[in-house]
Amino acid sequence: MRIWGWLLDLDRRWIFLGIALAVVIPIVTKYTLPQGKPAPPTVAVYNYIEALKPGEVVMIAFDYSPSSMPELHPQALAVVRHLLQHKLRVVSVSLNIQGTSLGRDLLSQVGGELGAVDGVDYVHLGFKPGGSQVILGMGESIAQVYPTAADGRPIADLPVMEGVKTYDDVSLLIDFAAGNLPFAWIAFAGERYNQKIAAGITAVMATDLYPYLQSGQLVGLINGLKGAADYEALLGIEPSEAPGMLGMSSQSIAHLLIVVLVIAGNIAYFASGRHRRRGRS
Amino acid sequence: MRLQIPLLITFLAGVFMAVQFFVPHDLGVTAYTELLNWGRIIGAFALVLGIHSLLRTHLEKIRRRRHDWPYSMVAIVSFVFMVVIGIGFGSDPGSAFDWLFNYVQVPLDATMFALLAFFIASAAFRTFRARSTEATLLLVAAIVVMLGRVPGSLLVLFGQTGVGEWLHSTMPDVSEWIMNFPSVAAKRGIIFGVALGSIATALRIMLGIERSHLGGGGGGE
Repeated sequence: MRIWGWLLDLDRRWIFLGIALAVVIPIVTKYTLPQGKPAPPTVAVYNYIEALKPGEVVMIAFDYSPSSMPELHPQALAVVRHLLQHKLRVVSVSLNIQGTSLGRDLLSQVGGELGAVDGVDYVHLGFKPGGSQVILGMGESIAQVYPTAADGRPIADLPVMEGVKTYDDVSLLIDFAAGNLPFAWIAFAGERYNQKIAAGITAVMATDLYPYLQSGQLVGLINGLKGAADYEALLGIEPSEAPGMLGMSSQSIAHLLIVVLVIAGNIAYFASGRHRRRGRS
Repeated sequence: MRLQIPLLITFLAGVFMAVQFFVPHDLGVTAYTELLNWGRIIGAFALVLGIHSLLRTHLEKIRRRRHDWPYSMVAIVSFVFMVVIGIGFGSDPGSAFDWLFNYVQVPLDATMFALLAFFIASAAFRTFRARSTEATLLLVAAIVVMLGRVPGSLLVLFGQTGVGEWLHSTMPDVSEWIMNFPSVAAKRGIIFGVALGSIATALRIMLGIERSHLGGGGGGE
């Protein structure tokens, strides 16, 4: 059948066009789809934060770069909104040099919307090179690693840092990352200093981190754009105002297109008889 | 002596770090804190090495007029420009550096990564075939996990019918089960293997059996 051969030899530019339309149309039309019930690991993060008392400290690590922003930025926006609404103190750091600007702007944006005050309700300490050494160092003394905030203010003068000396004074650490840093936070802050940790990650990293979720080394896990959309739903954000939910519509249609393409490709592969030719070769 | 002294330092540092983990004596904690400070300072030099490597690679490419050398020129000019703007005028919100980061680097970086979606779709269509039992299992699991992550797509496919609604509510649970059990079982085995390998490598380095970190191209014995 010629149609199977045609399908198998389909010019990949048609696939590119299909994916582009699948991504762009839902964004432009603000088309939203019901996303179903939130994933249990995301609910675990939400519940853990809900159980914290106002005034407790949550440390956020903005360990992602612009390449993973579409997945991680909506997660971070939703979580920081939740923390500030819940009157928790937010202290942010960054072990990724590009993450420091993203984190600073995000805190300033959400803080501005909610009337939170920089230095009182939240502070961005900024980037430090050294990765695991920085994580270990904060276990001994946060002030020694970060004597000043990112903008140069001594942290000793900031009300938000009052009584915050080490991880013992931090109720939860949430790492938003697209690389290996969640493993470093788990190994060095979690195991060495008993810091409670949650992570917001890209979907491709999920299989790597589920074992830590099961073992209790992570209190919860926000997984990809779906995790962001789930968190926004838990916060009761309107779908049209929620970047995660809006993005999920594009992702839903794109995933569906890929699944249809894979199934069609397999049908064509067997129907055209190419599997027999390959077996003989 | 050029070999013995580094090996002795490596051995003593390794033993100290292992002992102080289990014996939280004040002396050990003080020394540990000091070592962490050293570590952070040495870690910062990774940036210097990175810059050196970047410049050397691209300057060499330009000097020898290798394939696509103009791109190396763009890389170096962009690097120098960002450094001058950042150091000269600061990187506070609203600064030129901040503007360049938000309106040049962020879109460029995001665009590069977004291209993956197109290539993955094309590659999946061409290569993801049920050629064997193992490949078929992988294919079915991948489709279930993919659809379980985007249950809304099932309503697009089947509409608001009984089947559509059932799949919409069930598929995320099946996807979560695959992630929680078969996937974690395999992953845990890999993690154990990597951990044991890391411990073995650490011991080999501490005992001087593995010496490649000393340079000179020498591997383990």
